[in-house]
Amino acid sequence: MLIIECPFCGSRDEREFDYGGLAKPPRGRIAEVASDREWLDYLLIAEEQGEIAEEYWWHVRGCGEWIKIRRNTLTHDIESPEGASRS
Amino acid sequence: MSGSRLPTGGKIDRDRTLAFQYNGQTHSGFAGDTLASALLGSGLRLATRSYKYHRPRGIVSSGIEEPSCHVHLTGDNASGSEPATRVELTDGLTARSVRGWPSASLDLAACLQLAAPLMPAAFYYKTFQWPNWQLFEPTIRKLAGLAPAPVEARQLDDLKARNWHCDVLIVGAGPAGLAAAQVVAEAGLDVLVVDQETEFGGSLLSSSQRIGGVAGHVWAKGVTDMLAAARNVRLLHRTVAWACREHNLIMLAEHPVPGCRVQQRVWRVRARTTILAAGSHERPIVFANNDRPGIMLASAVRDYAVRYAVAAGRQIVFFTNNDSVYHCARELQEIGMKVAGIVDVRWAVSHDVLTQARGTTVHLAHEVFDTRGRRGLAGVRIRPVTGGRSTRISCDVLGLSGGWNPAIQLWSQCRLPVRYSDSLATLVPDGKAADMLAVGGCNGAMQLQEAIQEGISAGAEIARRFGLSLKQMDPPVCDSRRFTIQPYWHSRNPSKADKAFVDLLHDVTLRDIHLAISEGFSEIEHVKRYTTAGMALDQGRTGNLNVAGAVATRLGKDIAKVGTTTFRPPTVPVHFAGLGQFGGLGQLPYRTTPVAPWHISQNAVMYEAGARWRRPGYYPRNGESMHECVCREANAVRNGLGIYDGGPLGTFDLNGRDTAGFLDLVYTNVFSTLEDYRGRYGLMLGDDGLILDDGVSFRLGRDRFLMSTSTANAQTVQRHLERLLAVDYPSLDVKIVEVTSMWMNATICGPFAREALEEIGTDIDLSNNAFPFMAIRFGRVAGIEARVARVSFTGELSYEINVRSRHLAKLWNHVIESCRRFDITPVGSETNHVLRVEKGFMSLGHEVDGTVDAHDLGMGWIMSSKKQDYIGKRAVMIRRQSPRPRRQLVGLLTKDPEAVDIEGAPLVDSPVDERSRGFVTASVWSVVHNRSVALGLLEDGRRRIGGSVLVRECSNPIEASVTQPCFYDPDGSRLRS
Amino acid sequence: MNMDRYSFWTLARNAVSGHRKLRPAWRRHQPKSKYDVLIVGAGGHGLATAYYLASRFGGRNIAVLERGWVGGGNVARNTVTVRSNYLRDESIPFFARSVRMFGELSRELNYNLMHSRRTMIDIVQTSPKLRELKRRMKIMDMHGSSYEEISVSEVRRRIPALTGAREGSRLPIIAGMVHKDAAVNRHDAVAWAYARAADSLGVEIHQNTEVTSLVVDSSGRISGVETKFGTISARKVALAVSGHTFMLARTAGLGLPLRTFNLTAFVSEPIKPVVDVVVNCPDLGCYFSQTARGELIIGGHPDPGLSYRRDIKQNVFEGTVSGLLELFPSFGRLKLLRQWGGHLDIAPDGSPIIDRTSVGGLFVTAGWWGGYKAIPAGGLCLAKLIATGEHHRLASSFTLARFDRLDYIMEAGTTTVV
Ligand SMILES: Cc1cc2nc3c(=O)[nH]c(=O)nc-3n(C[C@H](O)[C@H](O)[C@H](O)COP(=O)(O)OP(=O)(O)OC[C@H]3O[C@@H](n4cnc5c(N)ncnc54)[C@H](O)[C@@H]3O)c2cc1C
Ligand SMILES: [Zn+2]
Repeated sequence: MLIIECPFCGSRDEREFDYGGLAKPPRGRIAEVASDREWLDYLLIAEEQGEIAEEYWWHVRGCGEWIKIRRNTLTHDIESPEGASRS
Repeated sequence: MSGSRLPTGGKIDRDRTLAFQYNGQTHSGFAGDTLASALLGSGLRLATRSYKYHRPRGIVSSGIEEPSCHVHLTGDNASGSEPATRVELTDGLTARSVRGWPSASLDLAACLQLAAPLMPAAFYYKTFQWPNWQLFEPTIRKLAGLAPAPVEARQLDDLKARNWHCDVLIVGAGPAGLAAAQVVAEAGLDVLVVDQETEFGGSLLSSSQRIGGVAGHVWAKGVTDMLAAARNVRLLHRTVAWACREHNLIMLAEHPVPGCRVQQRVWRVRARTTILAAGSHERPIVFANNDRPGIMLASAVRDYAVRYAVAAGRQIVFFTNNDSVYHCARELQEIGMKVAGIVDVRWAVSHDVLTQARGTTVHLAHEVFDTRGRRGLAGVRIRPVTGGRSTRISCDVLGLSGGWNPAIQLWSQCRLPVRYSDSLATLVPDGKAADMLAVGGCNGAMQLQEAIQEGISAGAEIARRFGLSLKQMDPPVCDSRRFTIQPYWHSRNPSKADKAFVDLLHDVTLRDIHLAISEGFSEIEHVKRYTTAGMALDQGRTGNLNVAGAVATRLGKDIAKVGTTTFRPPTVPVHFAGLGQFGGLGQLPYRTTPVAPWHISQNAVMYEAGARWRRPGYYPRNGESMHECVCREANAVRNGLGIYDGGPLGTFDLNGRDTAGFLDLVYTNVFSTLEDYRGRYGLMLGDDGLILDDGVSFRLGRDRFLMSTSTANAQTVQRHLERLLAVDYPSLDVKIVEVTSMWMNATICGPFAREALEEIGTDIDLSNNAFPFMAIRFGRVAGIEARVARVSFTGELSYEINVRSRHLAKLWNHVIESCRRFDITPVGSETNHVLRVEKGFMSLGHEVDGTVDAHDLGMGWIMSSKKQDYIGKRAVMIRRQSPRPRRQLVGLLTKDPEAVDIEGAPLVDSPVDERSRGFVTASVWSVVHNRSVALGLLEDGRRRIGGSVLVRECSNPIEASVTQPCFYDPDGSRLRS
Repeated sequence: MNMDRYSFWTLARNAVSGHRKLRPAWRRHQPKSKYDVLIVGAGGHGLATAYYLASRFGGRNIAVLERGWVGGGNVARNTVTVRSNYLRDESIPFFARSVRMFGELSRELNYNLMHSRRTMIDIVQTSPKLRELKRRMKIMDMHGSSYEEISVSEVRRRIPALTGAREGSRLPIIAGMVHKDAAVNRHDAVAWAYARAADSLGVEIHQNTEVTSLVVDSSGRISGVETKFGTISARKVALAVSGHTFMLARTAGLGLPLRTFNLTAFVSEPIKPVVDVVVNCPDLGCYFSQTARGELIIGGHPDPGLSYRRDIKQNVFEGTVSGLLELFPSFGRLKLLRQWGGHLDIAPDGSPIIDRTSVGGLFVTAGWWGGYKAIPAGGLCLAKLIATGEHHRLASSFTLARFDRLDYIMEAGTTTVV
């Protein structure tokens, strides 16, 4: 069980969160303007899956916000948690 | 008492004699004994047999690292294998050695020794191929395996788990751990101190070293008492830290005091910092026949004498490459035991070390290279390390000390670095970590003073990290003991025919290691896997480094370059029963609606309907079969009136300026054009174009919608929507509230539904004009505030009467009572399934299998072409460009009208087809046609309507005609009526 | 093949000499600067590919580069369930063939892989799961792989230790499904046997030789790989690096539709025989079998987050244990002996990729989240592709091109057992 630091609630147990998958840029209007190839890449190919995983977690049993963390995939150390929405 | 018990001394209670059984024989010991000390105390040396060759074996260590004598307890405490050194003696204990039948001393399988040359390491990979392995496997399986399989479950109470939070967890209460504990406790931090032994003190318990002018164990007792009195400190005895998990979650296993029913307690400890003070384990030296009963670790010989007043033998010889046994020898002499000699491989030993063993013959620059004795050690053979004439020494105990291995298991589990220390000839932690500090023996501190100092410094550092100030603490002055060591892994050239064991529990010999290397398995992990060294119950605590040493020697490599195998959790075997108390579907209760008791009173067969909801499947009446029952229920809906409990459908209230636009984004069809209080069926895709969910949403106002989802997918849908709002479209103003369990419903359906609702009583105008299909109305039903929706999953006129959950039971009873004249019939999910198949309505669990899209389902109309974008649109467009033929939803009517049980069967064109063209997604007995009807996904299915296809029901092809996927009221006039 | 024959008689003969005469299973070499074919990763798939290239397609001048030691990746960490109960026409023949090849492999490679056709029994507790498994049953029958429904009492008769999940409990057992073709065997032996056989055919195996990046020439073709020994050139390079595929392909500017995740397993202390079959409990998310040594080897659901830690998160572990104890309450008395994890990759549809890539000369075998069972057929199919440029019939659907049209061969998330 990880301890995830929610930028709004502080340190909380992993079970308060839902895993939201690897982070990717906001979908926005990409689907409208991208070429097929660009769209497929956006859809299927992760940004990064190395030493650091950038991932979303949904604090569903907490403040309800989505947060983005950078987690070291070897130590589970979590850096720079931030809210996932920019507004 | 007979045996080898010393007349005085020891921490046993000589007034309490305990009788116990071992391998069927009765023995006795004292309170305070372990099974191992009691066995040794009653003079039993041949305590067990070895794994592969069934050689006689004795007890080797005094602690957790025991590499030889493992037993299984019988009776109420039966629990697989345990090291005899960890079993506290209780009155009436019965135990058996895991090896040796009928007993360890008369082991019939010992004849296997004769076949030993044919069984080198990994011999099984080279044999048993002919005619095939499966012929041999059952026999091999019976021979392998240790304790018998458990038969009875334990009472849950007997295995417990606890959770704990603390500032500092200290693992190990030896001198370093106690010193650290003292500091952090005084600083006022919350401290948990654990030790695997029954008493705190660690190495001090059987050593004569002095601290601050008093005997070490007295000092330990003093500190322990002080800690025990402090309110911010908790002490746990008999407790091993067995895993270090993510974010410093440390797992402990606590053995309870003897006699307590609890067998083991698992602790999950969230420690902000951990001090690892777990000490070190002595390791043996390898030479031919180094496994006879009586050959032990040097420190164990002393521990048994000092702590349990047990003389492991009368004539003791030590064999070493380091200084520690000299102190051991002195301590034994001090309590009147005789040490017949010390064999030391080193050329020189410092004077003050030598003087410790005054009165003992010391054979410098000699090695033990072989031993004698049939059922126990009778003597050793020694020779100069440079070669030359050998001599014999008679002895019944040989104490070995090849050096000390810091207990770095937890450290290494945390992925923290270790390094090989030349001066200590062992692996030690390398550096400090943010939330774990290693101190004392497990950090390679061999000096008592150094260990205590490390403990104090670590404590102080942690206190500082917590921002606490400390008063200066002067370390107590300790006896100092030199420690030097000369690496020595095994005697030179153990003779070919004899066995020199590197792993006693798995019977792995030096020759096995050499064989592995000569066959190319020279990576340390290969050696381990090839020979299985280090993989037994003791997890190679005493043996692993010797394996690495042997490999280094053989390859002429530096041992630091050979590397080590990784330590994996757990550090000691742990019972499963104390684990797994959280999580697991089995533990989550069912969800039911408020009218579940009514369903059960009506004899409903209850099913799990997804997302843990339990719903009625069907309601059999007086002896009806399921088939009869479902037909009766279905007929009621088609021709009269049915009622079902539709509560568990996921329901969400969406509200906010951008809600309509948001629904246009998440559904394939358009919602923004919907009029107030009207609803629309929508299909929701993932961005991969696959169907995520479907359901009806109603508009309740300009900015407010009520969305329903399938029961099982409610959470997935919610996450999907919330993620879009939070991550991808944060500027949209939409708020989502789940209302699934706030509103529950009774849905009445069938041609009499309107009349029935009037009968029930409502202020809503029910005329088709005022309240058409796919509309929602707010009003009162049976005097209760209600939202009534005209949706239909059955194809009949229906009203879904939603009320607050607390009113549902009242509503339900009222409906049943007032609709008796319509012969209102409760229907379950089985009937719903029949009705929806007759109608050709798709269901996620059946027709949607991760490949189809809306076009395939004949719902191309729902894929809006007006919208620029919606989730999944792009992917569906791309997927549709594929030349692969699409599987489309069709109806299937088997030639044989009785053939119903064909769900899931592949569709083929000819019985010898190698590839399926589709499959039957659902098949039911239709009450309107009085025959079977089925739905299927079929390649190019729509074009094949009117033709036929084969249903391949396991080698039994059934012909079926392909039809429109709707068997009832195709233009939907009934549900709109 | 140039290798020692292993048999009871070799052992007997060697016993006299103290087993000194056996040759190394594979030899050590100084890496050359150029090979015809380089295979990256000495796991099951890499070694099998090398072996089939040399044995079936006359491949010469082949090297396998491994960053650690032979067979130290997932091939040494899995739960050795070999089965073919898949769902799609594209998958079943491939896996069924692989299972059959495993049955013949001990003989072909002259190595006792301890292959044992134990049979797998699925313990079914929910009707959606039963429906899905029966669908598999009917399509598997078409492809000659066997699956059969049995009653609850038959399940309990065949697995006497299964005393939990009774009628009236939270999730009672409703049926069992028997997959007779399922087998278990020794994972180390599989890697070693392929390595030994490949070596005897001239394949060079280089351990401790990590490929740090792929080298692409100006025309966009692969020209070799970077290692600590410098560049090693080859016109054909195949990636068989399991959970590392995504990152390694990146070094050639190639993005692959793969996600890396963590999967774990653990064993109990060894006990006398208690179950003879592989037991799979898809509804509770755990499965296990008993090794020849007596340990129960147990696996469960993956951890959703990416991790290279090779361990197990406590909550994931306890979830699996609780499922196990629901069904086998007496196992509470048993002890956990060892646990570990591996990192695997999975494609969006859960099906494998055995294909060439858009970088000329670069091949990839990936998406093996349950790919132990696929080692023989996977190796054979990739070898054929490398040698002839043509897809093997059995693997012709496992292409990268399918993702260009999102033409999924959906096998994801359909059973627990990997
Ligand atoms: C806990 C667990 C249980 C499993 N259970 C089963 C099961 O029951 N049945 C089943 O069929 N499958 C199972 N699997 C999956 C199976 O183990 C894998 O799918 C399969 O082993 C992967 O193929 P491989 O053997 O080639 O991979 P690996 O053995 O992982 O081989 C890849 C090799 O590439 C090497 N490598 C990586 N990067 C580089 C580099 N840059 N340079 C050089 N070398 C590199 C690695 O060191 C490794 O040796 C399980 C997996 C796990 C983790
Ligand atoms: Zn929060």
